[in-house]
Amino acid sequence: MSGTLLEINDLAVSFSTQGGEVQAVRGVSFAVGPGETVAIVGESGCGKSVTAQSIMRLIPEPPGRIKHGSIHLHGKDLASLTEKQMRNVRGKQIGMIFQDPMTSLNPTLTVGDQLTEGILTHEKMSQREANKEAIELLHLVGIANPDERLKQYPHQFSGGMRQRLMIAMALMCKPELLIADEPTTALDVTIQAQIIDLFKEIQEKTGVAIIIITHDLGVVAQIADRINVMYAGEIVEYGTVKEIFYQPEHPYTRGLLTSVPRLDGDRSQPLIPIVGTPPDLFAPPVGCAFTSRCKYAMKVCQAHDPEVTELSEQHYTKCWLQDDRVEKPY
Amino acid sequence: MLKYIFKRFLWMILTIWIIVTLTFFLMHAIPGDPLDVADVGSSDAASANLAAYYNLDQSLPMQYVTYLKNVATFDFGPSMTSRSRTVNDMLESGFPASLQLGLATLFFSVISGVALGVFAALRHNRMIDYVTMILAVIGISIPNFIQSMLFINYIAVNIEFFPIARWGTYRHVILPAIALASGPMAIIARLTRSNMLEVLTQDYIRTAKAKGLSARKIVVKHALRNALLPVVTIMGALTAAVLTGSFVVERIFAIPGIGQYFVSSISNRDYPMIMATTVIYSSILVVMMFIVDILYGFIDPRIKLHAKED
Amino acid sequence: MALTQNRTNKQKIDDSLFVPLDKHSAELDVMVRPSLGFWQDAWKRLLKNKLAVSGLFLIVLLTIMAIIGPWLTPYTYSEQTLSNQNMGPSSEHWFGTDNLGRDMFTRTWYGARISLFIGFSAALIEFIIGVIYGGISGYKGGRTDNILMRIIDILYGLPYLLVVILLMVVMGPGLFTIIIALTLTGWIGMARIVRGQVLQLKTNEYVLASKVLGANTSRIIRKHLLPNTMGPVIVSMTLTVPGAIFAEAFLSFLGLGVSAPIASWGSMANDALGVLNTGYWWRLFFPAFFISLTMLAFNVFGDGLRDALDPKLRR
Repeated sequence: MSGTLLEINDLAVSFSTQGGEVQAVRGVSFAVGPGETVAIVGESGCGKSVTAQSIMRLIPEPPGRIKHGSIHLHGKDLASLTEKQMRNVRGKQIGMIFQDPMTSLNPTLTVGDQLTEGILTHEKMSQREANKEAIELLHLVGIANPDERLKQYPHQFSGGMRQRLMIAMALMCKPELLIADEPTTALDVTIQAQIIDLFKEIQEKTGVAIIIITHDLGVVAQIADRINVMYAGEIVEYGTVKEIFYQPEHPYTRGLLTSVPRLDGDRSQPLIPIVGTPPDLFAPPVGCAFTSRCKYAMKVCQAHDPEVTELSEQHYTKCWLQDDRVEKPY
Repeated sequence: MLKYIFKRFLWMILTIWIIVTLTFFLMHAIPGDPLDVADVGSSDAASANLAAYYNLDQSLPMQYVTYLKNVATFDFGPSMTSRSRTVNDMLESGFPASLQLGLATLFFSVISGVALGVFAALRHNRMIDYVTMILAVIGISIPNFIQSMLFINYIAVNIEFFPIARWGTYRHVILPAIALASGPMAIIARLTRSNMLEVLTQDYIRTAKAKGLSARKIVVKHALRNALLPVVTIMGALTAAVLTGSFVVERIFAIPGIGQYFVSSISNRDYPMIMATTVIYSSILVVMMFIVDILYGFIDPRIKLHAKED
Repeated sequence: MALTQNRTNKQKIDDSLFVPLDKHSAELDVMVRPSLGFWQDAWKRLLKNKLAVSGLFLIVLLTIMAIIGPWLTPYTYSEQTLSNQNMGPSSEHWFGTDNLGRDMFTRTWYGARISLFIGFSAALIEFIIGVIYGGISGYKGGRTDNILMRIIDILYGLPYLLVVILLMVVMGPGLFTIIIALTLTGWIGMARIVRGQVLQLKTNEYVLASKVLGANTSRIIRKHLLPNTMGPVIVSMTLTVPGAIFAEAFLSFLGLGVSAPIASWGSMANDALGVLNTGYWWRLFFPAFFISLTMLAFNVFGDGLRDALDPKLRR
């Protein structure tokens, strides 16, 4: 694919624990182009956060380990960089935003200090210049009186405001890619909408590419160009927002969609939960990991890992129901 | 912030006043006449004279008022054992040695405790971590007076560098300071280590890492500061432990500090001396806790909010 | 696109497998692990900790020796044999004798009785006072809490040595004076821990839920607050014991503890101060060794207990 910013190929991440090896990510591949927004969607524990943190090489090693696969940023493999080389990527080329803005800021340092320390590390710049940048960004993320606010401490900000701070912080060095790990989960619903609007606005103004990790399909529908649906450490379906929402093929994706209310659909339809729990990643099952929860499961699903089927140029799924020999039950 | 400091300051003065008062009345509740112990002549006139000398002829409330006045001006009156000297003389002669020992101990225990704790945390679950923690448990388990005696018996005797007794040069300070400091040092090291480990798992450390900061910068700027907050809070209690510990250590190493006067004043029922030492030690303790409170307010910006809520 | 690369040959898979699975729901939710109660779980974790187990073993051993030790020799702790002054360890006097010809082995284990008795009673008394005081302070909150905490603040500034000395003079020296003197200020730490725990637990949702369901105060305290504060309290108790043993030895060393001829590790060490550098090493060695060993055993066991009871602190 030409014009690719980030390309992840067959990435596998494991954690060694006392009970054995947890295969958190098992062969994930996807790509992000400049300025586009890609979402990773899935339940908690499906490996989406680990994937995000692996891109930044933020998983603690040990116990975590990138087993195989590559993460190419502009053709440079991040998985093989040294820690020192990686530091030049973190914050500078890729910015990251975390789930809980309450705990992600250091309570004992001023906001200004935390905003500017990244840019001061990466670029030759005086504190005064860095402050100017910070004030500009605080304007951009919608924080009033930025020069006053720089001298304050995180506890003087509300939850939504802190997430705005986190976004500003991640954008300080004008990165090409922004990874947002569940950026709205810890916020009130009204604030969530504001933050999503902010992401869209920022993308328009700066042209930054965004990887957004979430379990909230509502968020995805509003912001993403393309969606990766993750289950048990694998991507089970991939497509544009339209394809995923209107022509979902994988039973898990279909399950996700019928388990949340839709404003555009028939509201008399009941919400159907996906029964059961995800498999234990200590010992992932042979065959398709979704078998035990899938209402269309077949014998083949238990025995063989499903293959990836290309549905359109931008739409793939990993499911045996796509095989020619099967008559689709839906 | 100023209001907070002022409030704490008033509270400190109040505490010292209560302790002074308690001490005074407790000392006077003790049965027996202190003048019985001092070898006074048998004549009534002499006793009366002495009673007047020590203000014992006044009514209790009057004695209390006089005493308060004196304490406020740091005048603790004449000693009862060595009648020619005032308590102040004795305190003045003993204070420098005790202060030197106390400061050396605090300095040594804080610096090395923090260093060991940080080191152990950064090498978590490796050899250095285990060794440090085992040493810390041993440091806590061997009482300071035992350590002092072992030091004299095995180190000072064999290594000429360390003098066995007396006071004067920096060499005199080393062994007693180590004996006195090893307990607090071990406590600080353990506390620092566990705080450090806790802090290193915090989300804001990950944020700092995501900004591309170096590991050293993350530890020094983000982790250490937060890990040391709880250490600051135990400084008050540690000071108390060092103060009490200094009584025995001064005795074993024959250091001419306040401790020796205190110990002998107990058996001699030298009331002015006991009261003076108690008041001084309590005051040091209370002032230390005041300083800790203020320091905490400066290090942790969230404290200001709590003060408002108070 | 990268996703398509792991293509295997579809046709290899038998057609007969492409039929719906039946009853697959039977194998749902089979991965539930056996659940252990909190105390069972803590006990298992404690047993895994070799250091803590050896600490516990030492404590038991020291306690047994404190009980039977003095009976193992034909001597008593106060029996003086002036012809046997300062004899080194031998088959007759296993730990040697002191300057009055008293048997050090008997005196050492007699001292262990004193130390352990003081350690255990201090821990017990501090536990009772601390739990009641801290519990009331934390549960009542508000004004009561404020007043109770101010009292603690003042007591905290009072050096315990002074309290001990005053009590010694008022009550006369002795075992009970020491215990009372130690607990008079010693319960403060325990009360603070209990208060902090209760204060925090009280606002927990499950306590609120229980209140909403109509549970009365005594039930909330019994069923929710007490069991959940027990962990830190037990740990604190275990760590109180070495503190009290140290304090007794310290006081006896200063001549403020038990009076002669009663043996205590502290007073034995104090006696040895006069014969430092004379070659009578056993005079210092045995009391010093056993104080340190006892404190080490309790400290190690207490640490292990804390790790076992508080999985969060497990590092």
